[in-house]
Amino acid sequence: MLKWQKEMVIIGGGPAGLAAAIAAWDSGVKDLLILERHHELGGILNQCIHNGFGLHYFKEELTGPEYAERFAQEIEAKKIPFLTDAMVIRLSPDKKILFACENLGVVEITAQAIILAMGCRERTRAAISIPGTRPAGVFTAGTVQNMVNIEGLLPGKEIVIVGSGDIGLIMARRLTLEGAKVQAVVEIMPYPGGLTRNIAQCLEDFDIPLYLSHSIAEIRGKDRVCGVLVAPVDENMQPILSKAFPLDCDTLVLSVGLIPENELSQEAEVEIDKITNGPVVNEFLETSIPGIFACGNVLQVHDLVDNVTRESYKAGKMAAKYIKEHSLPLCQTHTKALDNLRYVVPHLISKKAEVEFFLRASKPLKNATFVVGNNLLTKKMREAKPGEMISITIPKEKLTSLEGPLEFRLLEANATK
Amino acid sequence: MVATDKNFDVIIIGGGVIGTAVAYNLSKLKLKIALLEKEMELAFGTTKANSGIVHAGFHSKPGTLKASMCVKGSLMYPKLCQDLDVPYKQNGVLMVAFNSEQLPELNVFYNQGRLNGLTDLKILTRDELLKKEPNLQDEVIAGLFAPTGGVVSPFELAINLGESAKLNGVEVVLDSPLLKMEDRKNHLLITTKDNHYTAKIVINCAGLYADNIARMLGDDSFSIIPRKGEEYLLDKRVGNLINSTIFPLPTPNSKGMLVIPTVHGNLMLGPTAIEMDKRDEFTTTALGLKTIYDFTKNLVKGLEKRDLIASFAGIRAASDRGDFIIEFSKTNPRLLNIAGIESPGLTAAPAIGEKILEMVKARLNDEGMSVGLNPSYNPVLPKKLHLRDLKGPELEKAIQQDNRFAHVICRCELVSEAEIVAAIKSGARTLDGIKLRTRAGMGRCQGGFCTPKILKIMSRELGIPVSELTKRGGDSVLVPYTAKELI
Repeated sequence: MLKWQKEMVIIGGGPAGLAAAIAAWDSGVKDLLILERHHELGGILNQCIHNGFGLHYFKEELTGPEYAERFAQEIEAKKIPFLTDAMVIRLSPDKKILFACENLGVVEITAQAIILAMGCRERTRAAISIPGTRPAGVFTAGTVQNMVNIEGLLPGKEIVIVGSGDIGLIMARRLTLEGAKVQAVVEIMPYPGGLTRNIAQCLEDFDIPLYLSHSIAEIRGKDRVCGVLVAPVDENMQPILSKAFPLDCDTLVLSVGLIPENELSQEAEVEIDKITNGPVVNEFLETSIPGIFACGNVLQVHDLVDNVTRESYKAGKMAAKYIKEHSLPLCQTHTKALDNLRYVVPHLISKKAEVEFFLRASKPLKNATFVVGNNLLTKKMREAKPGEMISITIPKEKLTSLEGPLEFRLLEANATK
Repeated sequence: MVATDKNFDVIIIGGGVIGTAVAYNLSKLKLKIALLEKEMELAFGTTKANSGIVHAGFHSKPGTLKASMCVKGSLMYPKLCQDLDVPYKQNGVLMVAFNSEQLPELNVFYNQGRLNGLTDLKILTRDELLKKEPNLQDEVIAGLFAPTGGVVSPFELAINLGESAKLNGVEVVLDSPLLKMEDRKNHLLITTKDNHYTAKIVINCAGLYADNIARMLGDDSFSIIPRKGEEYLLDKRVGNLINSTIFPLPTPNSKGMLVIPTVHGNLMLGPTAIEMDKRDEFTTTALGLKTIYDFTKNLVKGLEKRDLIASFAGIRAASDRGDFIIEFSKTNPRLLNIAGIESPGLTAAPAIGEKILEMVKARLNDEGMSVGLNPSYNPVLPKKLHLRDLKGPELEKAIQQDNRFAHVICRCELVSEAEIVAAIKSGARTLDGIKLRTRAGMGRCQGGFCTPKILKIMSRELGIPVSELTKRGGDSVLVPYTAKELI
């Protein structure tokens, strides 16, 4: 078996891995390697042929493949080493990586630093326990996006979409443009899961009905889906069957959330946050194992790729710093997401430098106040939505004098004062 | 289209684990044998949804066929699974009691097991149990442990039994439901959509439809009473919460709802037991999930709904007679019925196969036909390589011989292109057929990432356009259109 030594290995050649690699390279790490399991760089962006990417980062509107291309070109221009069709099959706590690829067979790499950038996968039918039969024609939205945009296939002509996350909304429009009839988007929450602009551009512009506070009570059809039963839900999210109604369809598309893909991380005994399903990281985006870093959707499911890019540049830079200095400063102060906040990343800080935090609201709030610590910092928020990340940078001087954990709160309008 | 008659000594109806076990055993003899299966592939009926438990044999009443076939079959498993390269693990079964009132019942099963011939049963105290199973719930006070119990992959067993039978000369005919069966004095005449078949003996292994098959020859001596069970599969992340299969005390119509550490490393919860009017109603229900989850969480700590990755339902082919039916029909001596094979039917299957071999040999002898042994019989199937099991030099060698072993198609279960191609070469024709043989699509993403890739490989290897490929045959076409086709 081939055995290699590398200063740095980046697992995943999607937007996170590419940005991390460029940042590490620019910081002086030349002995690095990107391992990508697909046959080309770019990750899931390659199947996201709609526009709307890069508005924040590049200040222009790009499609997914265009956004990915900018990074892939930079990788090639700088001659940063990468392998495609290379699948990491084992990862151990002592930073040994085993990967397989057709040209080389199995290779073991011992790395000084590793950046986890494996992205995420879609939640499935079982994750939301939809009752009924098990016919052909039930797919996740990302799978349908791959079929339509990459393979040139169309899974059906009468579609019901479950979940109003961004991929579901994008696919509602995409399938409509392909000539399919999208009967409805069904969302169990009382508010949509995706970005506001996607509700307008993907549903309203095409007169596709959105049923909020509804769920699929049953999938019907023996060999192929022939319809679903849609029901409003009560306050416990249980379907009210007496008010259920059927919708005919030959395809059910699930857009019911994403899960960071951390099986390798867990194999390496990296500590995982039960809320984000991503690694617990410090302000350097370093996991519980020194020298293993994480960024992008493997760390937390992002709303915009622009945020992935920013986060991943930082991970690449910090991993390079780790290689130069052999360790990074201790981070022992915990961060905590309280009132109306679902989580905060990073989980640990040093209090010795400025830190950018990413947070998510646990429900939609209007005119809320965002409070850090014991009024270390407050910020009015006209609107907070679970579908959109909140980012805030806290300067060093606010952190140095902090005692105890750093707490974040999102207070409702009438509760503030 | 009806071609010329095809003449056989024995025809087996049904390609579930019973039909394939019978075919596997009969292929030891020098006979002309066919197996007819109505579905596109073997194991697509009740077998596919089996819980995969190899019972020790303390559940069944002494003196029944269920008891004798179960105990005998259970002991045959280690060698059979080794010969046929089927995943099997002897993890033991544990029946637990929650209070002192249930202790006498544990003793009843202990004694019943002893009468059935089990010598290594033990009743364990809570302290002894916790050493074996630290995640049992606090309310469990004692348990009956049978070390010979195990878990097996039921569909891989049936598929491999069928593959072995085929290699040993049995003609396996898929997608061929029986339209008609008639008595023609010296043989029975079977009609399917494509062919006529004749046989001296027809072995009815039709599971849920066994009574319909018997009635074709006027035999109404039994009826099938379909009994549905829902099962819920949890992520491998929690697969090691328990070691043994955990049973409660049984209910009147089932062995109760269990926590099963599957042979592939998942946990499975279930099954329910609901008598049905229909034989093709495979829905899972909100009530079923609630019933199973609420019950099994009292057995084992750490079971969470967030770890669910799949759910399915199967229907047990129970009969109105209670015990297994393994007998020549009293209405027609050429018909051999194997029916009512509910639990512990999977465990009993190897023993039933062996029993049928003797019954068929004796009956053909009675007809003056001396049956010799199949001179080219080989009991061992060539081992199939799986990327997820390969390590070190084995892994390197496999990739050297076929570099498609290094091309991962299913990332959750670590299945390579080489395995997908091998599955197709060994007879897989549908997406589910590939899934059952390789586990591609059975993991936590449930085929999200690998389905498009597998469809492409299937299309290439089978020479069928993607738009015609099915999930499991019939109208289960997966991706019927191409982009721009509907505009």
